[in-house]
Amino acid sequence: MPVEIYKDKFTGKVLEVILGATKEQGGTRAYTVKLGGSSTLPFLYYEGELPNRPVIAMEVWDIKPQWSSSFEPYYGDVWNDPVAWAKKAEEYGADVVYLKLMGADPELENSRSAADCAKLVKDVLAATGAPLMVEGPGFPEKDNDVLQAVAEAAAGENIALGAAEKDNYRGIAAAAMMGRHCIIGRSPLDINILKQLNIMITEMGVPINKVLNDPITSGLGYGIEYSFSVMERARWGALIGDKMMALPVVCLAGPEAWRGKEANAANADAGPGWGDEKDRGIIWEAMTAAALLQAGGDLLLMRHPEAAKLVRKQIEELAVPNKY
Amino acid sequence: MGLTGLAIFKLLPKTNCGECGVPTCLAFAMALAAGKATLSQCPYVSNEAREALDAATAPPIKLVKMGSGDKVLAIGDEQVIFRHDKTFYHPTGIFIEVADNDANLAAKIDEINGIVIERVGQKYEVDGVAIANASGSADTFKAAAEAVAGKTDKAIILLTECPTCMEAAAGAIAARKPLLYAATADNYEKMVAVAKKVDAPLAVKGADLNAMAELVAKIDYKELVIDSGARQISQVIADQTQIRNGAVKKRFRPYGYPTIAFTTEADPAMEVLEAQAFISKYASIVVLKTTKTEYLMALFTWRSNLYTDPQKPIAVQPGVYAIGAANENSPVYITTNFSLTYYTVATEVESTRLPSYLIAFDTDGLSVMTAWAGGKFIGEAIGPWLKDSDINEKVKKKVLIIPGGVAAIKGKIEDLSGWEVMVGPRDSSGITSFAKLRLNV
Repeated sequence: MPVEIYKDKFTGKVLEVILGATKEQGGTRAYTVKLGGSSTLPFLYYEGELPNRPVIAMEVWDIKPQWSSSFEPYYGDVWNDPVAWAKKAEEYGADVVYLKLMGADPELENSRSAADCAKLVKDVLAATGAPLMVEGPGFPEKDNDVLQAVAEAAAGENIALGAAEKDNYRGIAAAAMMGRHCIIGRSPLDINILKQLNIMITEMGVPINKVLNDPITSGLGYGIEYSFSVMERARWGALIGDKMMALPVVCLAGPEAWRGKEANAANADAGPGWGDEKDRGIIWEAMTAAALLQAGGDLLLMRHPEAAKLVRKQIEELAVPNKY
Repeated sequence: MGLTGLAIFKLLPKTNCGECGVPTCLAFAMALAAGKATLSQCPYVSNEAREALDAATAPPIKLVKMGSGDKVLAIGDEQVIFRHDKTFYHPTGIFIEVADNDANLAAKIDEINGIVIERVGQKYEVDGVAIANASGSADTFKAAAEAVAGKTDKAIILLTECPTCMEAAAGAIAARKPLLYAATADNYEKMVAVAKKVDAPLAVKGADLNAMAELVAKIDYKELVIDSGARQISQVIADQTQIRNGAVKKRFRPYGYPTIAFTTEADPAMEVLEAQAFISKYASIVVLKTTKTEYLMALFTWRSNLYTDPQKPIAVQPGVYAIGAANENSPVYITTNFSLTYYTVATEVESTRLPSYLIAFDTDGLSVMTAWAGGKFIGEAIGPWLKDSDINEKVKKKVLIIPGGVAAIKGKIEDLSGWEVMVGPRDSSGITSFAKLRLNV
């Protein structure tokens, strides 16, 4: 007698969100990226629909970052040229370019103005074909100024703007609406705030299928299990029908993994059994990202090209449909 | 879990004799259902009832033990699908595979023994060695089993589908309680006989989920570990999910055992990512080949994170800790006793290479900002404690370095303790440069 195949009967599904717009759609992107659409838990193809596999966005800064020397061979010649950097990220296989406007930090000496940010975004769009996500420097007032200018400059391109938080979402939501862009809602590892923020953003008038959720990622070894469980709970909520949890999830795997000492420590500073620094940092990021895939990550923001390559390869293998 | 009080009541004698210590059978049934009584308290329960009740109250996944001495590995006995439902209990055993005809077997075991990774106060070691019968020879397999058993006290898995090879090797190291892998449709009668003879757990491998369940049902032995035979990562995830759901939600007995999974990726980096997926999705044991410690560290860390009990904040013992050879001129840092916070700060203080004291202040395991907001990491709490602490006898300069995020508590601590307070960086990653600039390292 064949065994009974256990299937959860879900009534809900994750909304599909599209990033980017091609020429026909009023933009200039070479392709668009679809996120979400799952009607079951990650990789359970036998149980439901998983129309879109997870994608990898790669991180590009508008100023030279203080990153591990491990990045030097990959980006060393483009640190001060974000447009060339974005092109490089595409060459390394980025599905999406994620531009962080860290240079607009108002506490910096030569803080980048909103107008300059807008121009930079235009230049990046002109030089690349991938859909774009743009994050402000993380200062509420400056974020609003910058993202409004960016939204206007990128009108029609259907980029994603972030990050909107509970106490600072109105300006960004208005900018997203004006340019008909997507918006990234960021909630602090809290499923209730995640939901509340989605309600507030959509009540402003942003269409629900333009919202992405960043539930805050913690890196491997530094609280990743909190992210994992918040994502699992939100995904379950989405599948049993809560539309305000049913949005594709963005995981900041790269930046968070590289905060850990394990990723960065030179061999001289490494702990017992830590192994060689080069592969240690790469696997630390890849492991962070791969673990979050199992909790339902739809878009992984990654930093190291080699880590991205490993995770992309695993996604391909995870995308082989299982069946009974 | 399992039966309701009323369902149990139907199986009891209904004599209300009271000898169990509870006045009525119904009350006793309710106590059983709540886990507040055990069936042995009833002297009159029938054998049929006992069997039915034992089966119904048994854990959904059996606890299976392998290995000996202080390296006994307990696997299984999981109760939930998601860690947030309660917690995961028995961390996945991580095994390294070796071949019985490897000319460098001894060196390989030394290498495996030598994998000791330390981070944030935790120590990670490989749980055991899986010996593959690559030679196909019973003598070689036996010799390898003896050699491995002689060189390591870690748990051992014997990998062969040849019953005579298994008997030779398992017999030689029976005292080590190895896991015998595997009984299949072709060899199971002989394999079960070997397992019974040496009193060791047995793995059951099917051609697929169905075949595995059928085979388990045929086997009259309960110390089992199961393998659906799947190797492709997405099918392994599906099968593991079926097994966990069937065991926990449906109490399907053939699925009620710990599971084992094997990696197939040749590239060690891909291999540990593959092992990660198996750990994430319920495998009780993973067998892999790489011994590269930077890769294993990431894998061990993930296992440790996933199996952390989500119900309790993990805390370190509050108190004053010396980082390096601290002396009377050492700086004094303070943070909370939430272990993640404490060890992150401790690691950074250590990398300043300046011997220091680090106070883990008792915040019931809350992080700095949460404890501050909750009134547990404030001047009114720290000040009086600091005034009376034995740290006063340990250092000459009474200067306390506090986290930058709670700069506001500086004044109160100074008022209440008589110490001077220095505001440190907001993020622990800034401690090294803080020490360089402000502590003249």
